[in-house]
Amino acid sequence: MSRYDAIVAGGGHNGLVTACYLARAGLKTLVVEKNDWVGGAAVSRSLHPGFTYSNCSYVSSLLRPEIMRELELPKHGLQILPYEGGAVFMKGGGYLAMYRDHEANRREFARFSPRDAESYDRYSRDVLRHCRFIRPLLLRTPPDPTSFRPRDLSELAFLGRKLFAMPEKDIYAMIRFWTMSISDFLDEYFETPVIKAYLAVSAIIGTALGPMSPGSAYVLLHHYMGDVDGNIGAWGFARGGMGSITQALMASFKAAGGEVRTGSGIEKILVRNGRTTGVALANGDEFTAPLVISNMDVKRTFLKHVEERDLPPAFVKSVKRFKIRGSSGKVNIALDALPRFPALPDDSPCIRGDMHFTDSIERLELAYDDWKAGHFSRDPFLDMMIPTTTDPTMTPPGKHFMSCFVQYAPPKIEGRDWTDADRDAFGQTVLNQIEEYSPGFKKLVLHAEVRTPRELEAEVGLTEGNIFQGELTFDQLLFNRPVPGYAQYRSPIEGLWMCGSSTHPGGGVMGAPGRNAAAEILRSLKKPAAMGEAYAVL
Amino acid sequence: MKNAQLHFRQPLQTTPFHAHTSAANKLNAWAPWAGYTTALNFGDETMEYTALRNQAGLYDLSPMVKYEISGPDAVRYLSRLTLRDVAKLAPGHVHYTAWCDDEGKLIDDGTLFHLPDGRFRLCCQERHLPWLMDSAIGFDVRVRDESEAVAALSLQGPCAYAVLARAGFADAKSLKPFQLAEYRLGKSGKVMISRTGFTADLGYELWTSPDKALELWDVLMEKGALHGLRPIGTTALNMARIEAGFMIANMDFVSATTALRPDRTRSPFDMALDWMIDFNKGPFNGRAALKREREAASTQWAFVGLDIDGNVEAEHALVYDNKKHEVGHITAALWSPTTKRNIALAMLRRPYHAEKSGNLWVEIYALRELEYHKLMVKAAVVPRQFFNPARRRATPPGMM
Repeated sequence: MSRYDAIVAGGGHNGLVTACYLARAGLKTLVVEKNDWVGGAAVSRSLHPGFTYSNCSYVSSLLRPEIMRELELPKHGLQILPYEGGAVFMKGGGYLAMYRDHEANRREFARFSPRDAESYDRYSRDVLRHCRFIRPLLLRTPPDPTSFRPRDLSELAFLGRKLFAMPEKDIYAMIRFWTMSISDFLDEYFETPVIKAYLAVSAIIGTALGPMSPGSAYVLLHHYMGDVDGNIGAWGFARGGMGSITQALMASFKAAGGEVRTGSGIEKILVRNGRTTGVALANGDEFTAPLVISNMDVKRTFLKHVEERDLPPAFVKSVKRFKIRGSSGKVNIALDALPRFPALPDDSPCIRGDMHFTDSIERLELAYDDWKAGHFSRDPFLDMMIPTTTDPTMTPPGKHFMSCFVQYAPPKIEGRDWTDADRDAFGQTVLNQIEEYSPGFKKLVLHAEVRTPRELEAEVGLTEGNIFQGELTFDQLLFNRPVPGYAQYRSPIEGLWMCGSSTHPGGGVMGAPGRNAAAEILRSLKKPAAMGEAYAVL
Repeated sequence: MKNAQLHFRQPLQTTPFHAHTSAANKLNAWAPWAGYTTALNFGDETMEYTALRNQAGLYDLSPMVKYEISGPDAVRYLSRLTLRDVAKLAPGHVHYTAWCDDEGKLIDDGTLFHLPDGRFRLCCQERHLPWLMDSAIGFDVRVRDESEAVAALSLQGPCAYAVLARAGFADAKSLKPFQLAEYRLGKSGKVMISRTGFTADLGYELWTSPDKALELWDVLMEKGALHGLRPIGTTALNMARIEAGFMIANMDFVSATTALRPDRTRSPFDMALDWMIDFNKGPFNGRAALKREREAASTQWAFVGLDIDGNVEAEHALVYDNKKHEVGHITAALWSPTTKRNIALAMLRRPYHAEKSGNLWVEIYALRELEYHKLMVKAAVVPRQFFNPARRRATPPGMM
């Protein structure tokens, strides 16, 4: 039996971020991971000879620059590449393009509506205003609004000052924005269905909401508040696939003296007299530590690996009610050549961006209707990308890796578990949709990895296959994330902490929960936290 | 259809004069303006500026954002949209105007043309179609972006009329400042000429259809040669506009429709445009807020001219009271070749523009051979119209 100062349960990006900060603060830190590899949902595996996939997450924007810099991730091999534009292919052969160049984009929108072309600037400005409010909160522990501790009071005051520094109409606008549907929000700016469809999808990705569900607008913000080198709202690829992020984190962790054990997951978080004493692994190994930090989602942590009787009943009930409904799947495809989309000119940069086939909000909502009925969407939304048009490291030259994020896919099919036949049918639905806009596409497919919520839960450990470790709705944000009273990365069990995306500020490959958890832990140990303050937002 | 989607190959559009401006652009010095490729200079900005103040300069104005407003309610609509009373703007006349959002913050300024046929043309720096259309709710009016449909040239300088007369537009002699009329161009063409401009000098703007653009350029350049006419780029024009004291949206103030930070917006009082507000004409956008601002005397900023000691340009400099207390910043600065003064346009916190303007200093970092000289230089608030010659107003116009 080995002793550590801290054990991180789960080697996803947030677990590794926490582990890095603890190791750098001098704690003898162990990361345990059930898979034979680390990465969680930021992982690159080779499932076809010569091809590297981004098996789960596929693009990067949210990963905090503070973390990249403090943990020296570029030195450990991380390179983020901004990508270009995108397109929506429309029924009937047309398409809407998105370009990085402002004027090209304006002229493209103006083909559909001169008014929409100009409204886009106002829309971007307004969304950016909301981002300016939320971004400084990402790397701060949410205050407990019921506490009188000086720290909570000062953090509450910080929130209050930010809120009341806004003009009255912006306060109205923000409260509306946080609670309304993306469809209603977009209707205030745009009249063109395909433009609205392109912009709406950011509000439903990873979320068991439709574009007409209240609360979906906030999810848009979650996808907009990141940046690539200060360019807010921009997204990029991690060179070598998303696994490069966690590989760089692991290298940084090991360089700080950390230890990683893969191949056997947590069986039980050991608890004695209300405090944790360590972990027992599925293979029988036991490790002791006064600190256990769970990278797993809040449901998996407390309902699977802790005895319920060790927890206050109200907490258990809240955890059980935590909304973590799976809504998406993933199809990863090895391609023999770059597919052609006849609608696109051969030199169009859109092929290097995100491509969709859902050309109206109504189609997106109908796709959600299937999910509600317990079925995967017959006409799903695809966020399709070919990172190898930018990244030369993932396939041999001329071959390509295509990543398709697919929504909607329910955690269960009409109430029963997914079968392999369901999974294959789901995969076929995706390939058929692409083939419709790229005749001959299927002939290029060398290998496809089809992942439904079932596979996401079984491999990555995400309950119900929810990619954000819990939905990003207003009732589950800030000091209510994951559950009221436990938003400061602590749990009812002394020494047991949370650092996954179930905690503030939520999912995406952001690392903020991991860093915030480490900051709270180090503060509780009276160790001077060796982290810079959040980057100033002027 | 496909061709219409090739914006990515050439994101910036070219103006109807591009065949000629590109041939004349010796240094290939281009810059984007409102989605178009425009000349920064044609080879020598100093000589272009000199032509503008001494003979005449020809500037491609086509990228200017232009909206056509027509319909039975056009006058009422424009009075509701803008700060001035458009009922007083007769056909054949132009006025300088501005418009605000409902909070009384400036969206843009521009020129409103009342065309001889009754239609209106609103010219401005930024695009505002959503705001113009929202403001049109309840009015029987048509708003159309006609930026691409109109080719325009600005002919400015003391010899501007001489060039016009020689080019066949001698009738423009009767145009007073801010008047316009239509003239024949060649056998079948038409050109509208307005006595307007951005240089505070004698000058005209010429408006025609894109298919007549090159013909218009040719006749002006050919006939203008005797008078020293030369094409000028944006750099020379900007020097002249600073001397004129004119403002540009998103350079001297941030438009209320693009401002990200709520404290960046400015009211017409801040920008010294309150003279154009007509509170008596009936409701207009921003009226209630502007009335409150006037009654409470709550205006915080003042857009002023500064005359700065020495000859080092104070671009982007901070302005201090008593060398210590920051009271504003400079939005545009120039060593003015014509007035031989070191001038600037500045945004000052009140009352440092007036009662407390006696001890203003400007902090300038002068880069000289890779090293900065940090200067603290005295500055005085002066009228923004640094250059305002009588020939600008003379009718009939002078020939030189």
